[in-house]
Amino acid sequence: MNIRIGLVWTLALAVLSGCGTMDKRDADDVAVEDRGAATGAEGAQSRGLGADGDMRGMALDDPDSPLSVRTIYFEFDSSEVAAEDREVVAAHARYLSANPQQQVVLEGHADERGSREYNIGLGDRRAQSVRRMLEFQGVTPDQVRTVSYGEEKPAVEGHDEQAWRQNRRVEIVYMDQ
Amino acid sequence: MKKIIYPFVLLLCWFALQPARAELTIEITSGTEGALPIAVVPFGWGGPGVPPEDVAGIVAADLTRSGQFAPLPEADMLSKPVRPEDISFRDWRAVGVDNLVIGRITPQGEGRYTVDFRLFDVFRGRQLSGYSFPTTRERLRETAHRVADIVYEALTGERGAFRTWIAYVTVTGDGDDRRYSLQVADSDGHNPRTVLRSRQPLMSPAWSPDARRLAYVTFEQETAEIYVQELASGERRKVASHQGINGAPAWSPDGRRLALTLSQDGNAEIYILSLDSDRLRRLTRHPGIDTEPAWAPDGRSLVFTSDRGGSPQLYRLAIDGGRPERLTFEGGYNASADFAPDGRHLALLHRDGRGAYRVAVQDLERGMLNLVSEGQLDESPSFAPNGRMILYATEVGGRGVLAAASVDGRVGQRLRLQEGVVREPAWSPFLE
Repeated sequence: MNIRIGLVWTLALAVLSGCGTMDKRDADDVAVEDRGAATGAEGAQSRGLGADGDMRGMALDDPDSPLSVRTIYFEFDSSEVAAEDREVVAAHARYLSANPQQQVVLEGHADERGSREYNIGLGDRRAQSVRRMLEFQGVTPDQVRTVSYGEEKPAVEGHDEQAWRQNRRVEIVYMDQ
Repeated sequence: MKKIIYPFVLLLCWFALQPARAELTIEITSGTEGALPIAVVPFGWGGPGVPPEDVAGIVAADLTRSGQFAPLPEADMLSKPVRPEDISFRDWRAVGVDNLVIGRITPQGEGRYTVDFRLFDVFRGRQLSGYSFPTTRERLRETAHRVADIVYEALTGERGAFRTWIAYVTVTGDGDDRRYSLQVADSDGHNPRTVLRSRQPLMSPAWSPDARRLAYVTFEQETAEIYVQELASGERRKVASHQGINGAPAWSPDGRRLALTLSQDGNAEIYILSLDSDRLRRLTRHPGIDTEPAWAPDGRSLVFTSDRGGSPQLYRLAIDGGRPERLTFEGGYNASADFAPDGRHLALLHRDGRGAYRVAVQDLERGMLNLVSEGQLDESPSFAPNGRMILYATEVGGRGVLAAASVDGRVGQRLRLQEGVVREPAWSPFLE
């Protein structure tokens, strides 16, 4: 069951990464699992589905569209979406409302300062704040999942304000169907 | 609540407590002023060649790390007695040691040994303690820690915590190549064993009161989940997998409940999960972040972190309910509480006036806060089961290492990996 979901996720992500819109990620993660078979399937499926020419993928791919912005940044200890980012969130809300089958994961993150579990709380609050904006603009709850990584997955390594600013963020991750 | 073991995953995956390659190395970072002078004479060896472990060396290192003892260097010993009748107490008085430990290791065949030792009061010329332990090649270090515990208790009146374990998370690699590992090692960093490896973050290991199980948070399915894992068998059970946060597990003193943080209702709140029935009870109700529950040793209240007052501070809440009482008032950031076994002191994470995150100890009766650590980004304080030392995570040269300090801040030491970072230490309860 777990493995199967993991595989579906891996395939989904592989497809999107094939379109060049996503970071390459790997859902099949516990070190001790036999990864050989999954890796093979991932490669094959990625090519197969990518060749279908997905229209939604193209919309998401347009570098001039606000949809190409997938990261929202936050002030220290804050979960308020800045005024200049509200249009970005609104664009994602419009897209998701128009594509009710499309699902996103909102990944909340914090900078490294302070307690790890409290930072999980901060990342969660940031993700919830984006989620509320999306839902307020018509996205259905089923389309949105949140996960907080706190300070566990920094976008930038480093121990100064410049790194911290880039790590206080919510990443909007589109899932394939 | 789902109650599923994934036997198939377990079969593929688990090598219960397999040995890990990377050992933690210890360096003592601050002094031992006022420590008791003691001599731990190299133990006699009844077999061929050199003994399989330097038992006296392990005992002396343990006593040194406590900060309460200053073992005499071997080079300063005028004699190296093995049997009581070989001791010249005058020699030991001359070099100024108060106490003396002698002993020997006797092979019994097939990898089995006997370790016997005696502790003497040098001035009275009297034996204070003495034991004989059957042991094996694999357990010689553990036996040495046991000897150190007995010496420590005989001379300080407090239980030693050398024969205990520490759990911690290691991370190697950057970005998408990060590898997370949950490890358990002896309290001196030796003998590390891998509990779990993952390409996704692992967090917040918490020891069951019997030291046989760990609860932890894993993101292996790209969502937060809490597992409880039996260390000996490697079998594990998923105990929390709700929408949003599944974090900060903390065992009740009776080992039957976990306090944890969930955000399934849209906001981080503290819940209590009964492990027998899988029943979940919500404890906090506030739009702020409520997290990091820590059980008081009597099991009747929890201390937790909440920003309900505008900044993260510690609050205390009775298990039966009622209004949370705020405990910390000094500074704009107090979090990550761990109870001392006396139930009176809390280790916590405090942001000082210069913006540095440091470990502090708060006396709950007097309300006083004492800073223990001196780093910029310290975190995750964890008391030794005898309450004398605090283990925490710190950074040296931008890299995560573990550090231990005595509660009075007098003694310090660091435990570091050859490569990668170490963090989120959790000191085990007493074993057995």
